Amino acid sequence: MSLGPAEVAKIAHLARLAIRDEDVPAYARNLSAILELVEQMNAADTAGVAPMAHPLDMAQRLRADAVTEPDQRAHFQAIAPRVESGLYLVPKVIE
Amino acid sequence: MHHKTIVQLSAALAAGECSSEELTRAFLERIERFNPPLNAFITVTAESALAQARAADQRRRRGEAQPLTGVPIAHKDIFCTDGVRTSCGSRMLDPFIAPYDATVVERLAAAGAVMLGKTNLDEFAMGSSNETSFYGPVRNPWDLEAVPGGSSGGSAAAVAARLTPGATGTDTGGSIRQPAALCGITGIKPTYGRVSRWGMIAYASSLDQGGPLARTAADCALLLGAMAGFDPSDSTSVDRPVPDYATLLDRPLAGLKIGLPKEYFGEGLDSAVAQVVEEAIAEYRRLGAETVEVSLPNSALAIPAYYVIAPAECSSNLARFDGVRYGHRCEDPKDLLDLYTRSRAEGFGSEVKRRILVGTFVLSAGYYDAYYLKAQQIRRLISDDFRRAFEQVDVIAGPTSPTVAFNLGEKVDDPITMYLSDIYTIAVNLAGLPGLSMPVGFVGQRPVGLQLIGNYFAEDRLLNVAHRYQQTTDWHERSPAGF
Repeated sequence: MSLGPAEVAKIAHLARLAIRDEDVPAYARNLSAILELVEQMNAADTAGVAPMAHPLDMAQRLRADAVTEPDQRAHFQAIAPRVESGLYLVPKVIE
Repeated sequence: MHHKTIVQLSAALAAGECSSEELTRAFLERIERFNPPLNAFITVTAESALAQARAADQRRRRGEAQPLTGVPIAHKDIFCTDGVRTSCGSRMLDPFIAPYDATVVERLAAAGAVMLGKTNLDEFAMGSSNETSFYGPVRNPWDLEAVPGGSSGGSAAAVAARLTPGATGTDTGGSIRQPAALCGITGIKPTYGRVSRWGMIAYASSLDQGGPLARTAADCALLLGAMAGFDPSDSTSVDRPVPDYATLLDRPLAGLKIGLPKEYFGEGLDSAVAQVVEEAIAEYRRLGAETVEVSLPNSALAIPAYYVIAPAECSSNLARFDGVRYGHRCEDPKDLLDLYTRSRAEGFGSEVKRRILVGTFVLSAGYYDAYYLKAQQIRRLISDDFRRAFEQVDVIAGPTSPTVAFNLGEKVDDPITMYLSDIYTIAVNLAGLPGLSMPVGFVGQRPVGLQLIGNYFAEDRLLNVAHRYQQTTDWHERSPAGF
């Protein structure tokens, strides 16, 4: 599968990555080469093979529905780019 | 002192030949002197290291010392360290001071190990040469023109140059074993689930696994023993007792069956590397092991499947870096979308962006079955190959990497060529098996690694098989000139 500039722009939007126009051709080239590599998978017959999501066949462990975490908001907000009155600040969302 | 292994340092500390404070000072001085050309450390925590060393000395005086008490180590800068910058080699996390310790960090600290600092790595552990780090490339102490391998390149270079006796690493597609091979040291990637991933910054969650790098298998046994074990904070942690690896090292190899996968000795393997690996296998025959050819027929599909699964998981894991709660934020965002897209564009380097884009594409509507589902089916085929091989043999041996360390800049502009350097290591992660690399010789002045692959939870066997080899050879004792 070969990706063109429009497709790269669409994927970049889905990934929330700003890409400069001048970098789009290089991404298109690299991503197409990577997809060409991964398409070597098509040589394998996988009809009826159960997909393997996880290396160990284990059930997801559950824990009791109990509060285990203390409130560390101030601790965590100390490393935030911008906070005010315990809130994370971002640009205005609603005009 | 810096030429001693962890086992020897532990004995010297126990015998009172030196204090942890003296030892820690000696390694900190070596880091100050030798780190500039290597760039192996991103952060050196001299002050807290000395405080930890003094606490270790007091603990020893109280008679409460364990084998690692007072032994200096370094952590790959992917493990969260409370109050210390945890950058993951990325501009995105350059301002990030972790608010808690990773389980691996906590356990090694509880064993009394002293943290010297945080080592350099490929950005978010995505790379095989340590050239994608925001903090610049690491150089290989055996040859400063060569890469140390990646992604745990800083840890491997630091151990090889004797700037630390041991270090932690992580391995998603070869990131412990390949740099261990290229730097001439020993490193083990445990079975998936053996070492907690809590506080280890996620790249590809179904593949990532932490493990130690050190000079010898015996040192790795001590470090892994302290790192491994059940952790309720990691939902994929396996609740299974940790063997005392250090006491299981000496079992004789007579009767051991070593499988040699024919696919690992074919086209693509450098002939000089092949010769060194063959000599190591001949040594195993002298030690009483039997070697048999095995086949892992789907080996060629491992890299294609990996470059679907790992980017898919990476695109999902790295979605959390949005410029809102922590990490890099762009200047003057005009709206929320601009804040997300520009913070991420500025915070991530080009290899990370490539993998996020590939992952986003293969998970996007209409492509899921052709890529992600297909890759998961191939993962099953690869895992079944190993299962069949382990019905015939105890361990599998082969080269860790198809070549010795390549030169800086040689592959950096060609992602596909770079990806192929992990051809023998990636399948092990897809299957979730343990794998070890150890030094077995040189091509020119650059080291060659032998990879040993074991069945699930056979870390004790791998360490034993490596240790016996290291009892009769001295490749692990070689040190790079000038360090």
